Amino acid sequence: MSKIHISATVNGDPVEFLTEAGVTLLDALRDELALTGSKEGCGSGDCGACSVILDGRLTCSCLILAAEAQGRRIETIEGMARGGELHPLQQKFLDHAALQCGFCTPGLLIAAKALLDANPDPTETETRYWLAGNLCRCTGYDKVIRAVMDAAAELRQVRAA
Amino acid sequence: MADLDYVAPASVAGAIEALAGGGAKVLAGGTDLLVQMRAGRVKPQRIVDLKRIPGLIGVRQENGGFVIGASTSGAELGEHAALIHAWPGVVEAVQLIGSTQVQGRASIGGNLCNASPAADSVPALVAARAICVVVGGQGRRELPVEAVVTAPGATVLAPDEFLLEIRLPPRAARASDAYLRQIPRTEMDIAVVGAGVSLTLDAAGVCSEAHVALGAVAPTVLLVEAAGAALIGTTLDDAALDALAQAAEAACRPISDKRGTAEYRTRIAGVLARRAAAIAYRRASERT
Repeated sequence: MSKIHISATVNGDPVEFLTEAGVTLLDALRDELALTGSKEGCGSGDCGACSVILDGRLTCSCLILAAEAQGRRIETIEGMARGGELHPLQQKFLDHAALQCGFCTPGLLIAAKALLDANPDPTETETRYWLAGNLCRCTGYDKVIRAVMDAAAELRQVRAA
Repeated sequence: MADLDYVAPASVAGAIEALAGGGAKVLAGGTDLLVQMRAGRVKPQRIVDLKRIPGLIGVRQENGGFVIGASTSGAELGEHAALIHAWPGVVEAVQLIGSTQVQGRASIGGNLCNASPAADSVPALVAARAICVVVGGQGRRELPVEAVVTAPGATVLAPDEFLLEIRLPPRAARASDAYLRQIPRTEMDIAVVGAGVSLTLDAAGVCSEAHVALGAVAPTVLLVEAAGAALIGTTLDDAALDALAQAAEAACRPISDKRGTAEYRTRIAGVLARRAAAIAYRRASERT
């Protein structure tokens, strides 16, 4: 069976890779592009650990075929920090101790980034509903929510300045 | 999946041709198909991705109604102000499906064609009297939403047919709709019961047309004509709502499972139909 050749944009960079019909975008990111920040928790779209932004939409990369990525724009956790400088969401996750084992953290950060890209001033309720597709078995979510709300406030200040 | 092949045709004709050999599954948002493939419940030889076909994603207004491409995601529908204004019940039903991530991909057509009795968008679409446009090797046909699904997991679509678009009819001046579902948590769950109600009022606020549909209380979504009829000629007073709830309960043929007993589902169907009718009535009354 012939391989499928895919050209896409990942974190602003053009990428090319070969894949097969049944391979998920998550597996292609991890195995072909060595971007192992996105995790497989459930493989069925329930846990959000594989969250990526596809053409501006938050999605589960385990529920996307790599072949579908042809010509698409993908944002992953690896694109969030700029050089050595953490994204404000990443810094606030550290400041608020919003992680323990860290497995869900890339997905939560990408999901939170998608929220703040769409809505710079979300209420706590909006934030909790938005992040309902990201499961965390360590933190109990409270510190995650505090970190996101704090990062949102800081980003609003940066934008206003 | 060694013998699997993936195609993304750029035209309806190309998709029909790709489906013609049999053994193929259409792909829209993939939030059901990829899970079913991973679990080994479906083993297609070919995946036909419909999303590169012009019109499969998007909403357009036509002849006073709306045409929704079958692969349009919940997130996109939730951003369409005119659609939300005309059909708030349809949009709120679609937006109850899954997480933010799932909303970004899961399509309105996929929710129907996956043929779950508990699909949230379907009672709202049935109550809206939406029409499905299906295309395939034998040509194009139109059928009401409730005629698509025949049993859990089964539809009337032939192997070389697919759902092209869903058409919502023109709206009268004072008309609206609503969808409610019962789940044991606050979000991210499958409906124990779902109820969609769409109604039209005359200038005096009297109901002149009403349609009620129930989900998860039978093998397929039910259009309960007696429940709609109970509202016509009324201002949705208690007697009319009692008659609606009774008709809704009488139509239920539910199973008992881990989500709820048949008795519970039947009772809740009446309660939700009543509440959804009240919401649709309030929304319609606020229009001039």
